[in-house]
Amino acid sequence: MAGKTNTQNSKPKSKKMTSSKPDSLNEEQLLEFYGQMVLIREFEKESERQYTRGNVKGFLHVYSGEEAIAVGAINNLKKEDYVVTHYRDHGQALVKGIDPKQAMAELFGKSTGCSKGKGGSMHLIDAEKGFMGGYAIVGGHLPIAVGFALANQYKDENRVTLCFMGDGALNEGEFHECMNLSKIWNLPIIFLCENNLYGMGAPAKDHLATPDKIYKMSEAYDIPGFRVDGNNVVEVYDLMKGLTEKVRNGEGPQFVEAQTYRIQGHSIADPAKYRPDEEVEYWKKKDPIIALKSLLIDKYNVPNDTIEQIHVSAEQEIIDAADFAEQSPFPEDKELFSDVYGV
Amino acid sequence: MTEMTYREAICLGLTEALDEDPRVYLMGEDIGPYGGAFAVTQGFWEKYGSRRIKDSPLSESAFVGAGIGSAMAGLRPIVEIMTINFSLLAIDQIVNHAAKVRYMSGNQFSVPMIVRTVTGAGASVAATHSQSFEGWYASVPGLHVVVPSTPEDALGLFRTCREMADPVMFVEHILLYGYKGEVSDSIKIPLGKADIKKEGKDVTIISYSKMVHNALEAAGKLAEEGIDVEVIDLRTLRPLDVETIVNSVKKTHRAIVVEETTKFGGFAGEVVSIVQQEAFDYLDSPVYRVAGEDVPIPYSMPLEKLAIPDTDRVVAAVKNIFKKSV
Repeated sequence: MAGKTNTQNSKPKSKKMTSSKPDSLNEEQLLEFYGQMVLIREFEKESERQYTRGNVKGFLHVYSGEEAIAVGAINNLKKEDYVVTHYRDHGQALVKGIDPKQAMAELFGKSTGCSKGKGGSMHLIDAEKGFMGGYAIVGGHLPIAVGFALANQYKDENRVTLCFMGDGALNEGEFHECMNLSKIWNLPIIFLCENNLYGMGAPAKDHLATPDKIYKMSEAYDIPGFRVDGNNVVEVYDLMKGLTEKVRNGEGPQFVEAQTYRIQGHSIADPAKYRPDEEVEYWKKKDPIIALKSLLIDKYNVPNDTIEQIHVSAEQEIIDAADFAEQSPFPEDKELFSDVYGV
Repeated sequence: MTEMTYREAICLGLTEALDEDPRVYLMGEDIGPYGGAFAVTQGFWEKYGSRRIKDSPLSESAFVGAGIGSAMAGLRPIVEIMTINFSLLAIDQIVNHAAKVRYMSGNQFSVPMIVRTVTGAGASVAATHSQSFEGWYASVPGLHVVVPSTPEDALGLFRTCREMADPVMFVEHILLYGYKGEVSDSIKIPLGKADIKKEGKDVTIISYSKMVHNALEAAGKLAEEGIDVEVIDLRTLRPLDVETIVNSVKKTHRAIVVEETTKFGGFAGEVVSIVQQEAFDYLDSPVYRVAGEDVPIPYSMPLEKLAIPDTDRVVAAVKNIFKKSV
């Protein structure tokens, strides 16, 4: 691989998480966050297992390694706020409140899935929870997210729309159209770019003109841009807390680059051989779950048993979800023709 | 009955929508102070203000997608894409998102959005501004495609489109805005109901949008020669009124499909397929098509006239049928 590796071009300027207790979050909240992150990781591990067993089909993009972003960001939102995201959507869906059973059943293509098995892994969605969907055309969901924010403004609802995207979406024209549109109409929306350094197999540093300052891409639209260590749940939470309040107060769109890394390849079909070993090793040490665990043990003296119990409980919840998915029926044949049009 | 132009009929439909439904807002390029590229929304911005008349930047994908999101969140957007040629810049939003959200969400969300846009050639604006893509959109499940040819149909169909729970491509023809016609005050026309614009017994011409007028002109000329033509205006391509088409062909035993877009891969092929499958035993002749030539639409007026169907070509095609079937 030519040029610098991705460990070098992207050094989040963050203090080590274990350096001190955060002011913004107490032990109980941190344990709650830890539980959410572990639940996502377990969900992803199980979805990969089920893929290899042939129960999950098609494309499967897991969120392992990026959990701190969804957890840190979405926990600032209210139930009625909207979350919309790309196809690597399991983590955001779970934090916004989708039932793991329904999510796993959707991966299995079962009738009990959130979309009755018609969407699959890349298109989880739950109207009731304000999880407005995972969308699998890169950049295609950005205009729709702008529409949610537009509706909120039109109806004077004071909701916030949080729109996740990957670094690959920055190269779609829709990113630029949506930056401009949300700014000129002062829409209540946060664009959160999960920069995991690769758009599928392509290093962001080879495809972006300014890979080291993605957060500055919004400057051209006079939208404030911020960079955060996406593997540090406390930092993500703190930044997003302030931005969520700003947006709710009518201060208009915000842009965030959260730097992170996919522990796995792009999809389950991708062994990610294009990534240098040293890069993978560097980021493995920065695993957001390990980092939060260290904080909890070192600074809060949380007993190992408590940590262990969180893992056991998450594992059980995911085993139950997989059992539910496996035992659920496939959609009936007549479902082929339902939901094309409303009645 | 009131006489009005096609433009005035659509304007009236929009005004009613804005006046009667607070969820309705308009969004599109130059629909504000400029009044719309085809002057359909003149005075709207002054009357309704920028909250409901959203004059959008040149970002077709963003503002069509914003329409989708706002519809999913409970509004009733009416989005104007200046011409159907520019809809290609938003086709991902229309095809991959608007048309699919209901299905892919398992019926949790719908997109009750009307996309108004302008189709057609004949205005000397060259190849990239003269295309007729309504047939493409008709191939997409999840969309409705509406192609009115008269002021009454435009208003009557628009009133129904406002009530649809799913996205509508409401496709107006660039050369029809000034066309005048009588409009019944309470007109409301369901989607999927073709109109027999002229009854006849010898041959059925199936058409839509501006070509309906060429078909009617041709029918007038052919009447002088003793050929009694029935003219069917499809009015909506999706849903398609198969019954009216088939019943007419069963009566006349001959059919020609007339459309403006290029013949190869055109919507007319779909109609021909249906006719041969549903009324084969009734046919006294192959089903023919009169459609655009297989070329980009040229700028130069004499060349442009050659590229798109006209009344004479429809007349010639009908005569040819009778020559062959005798």
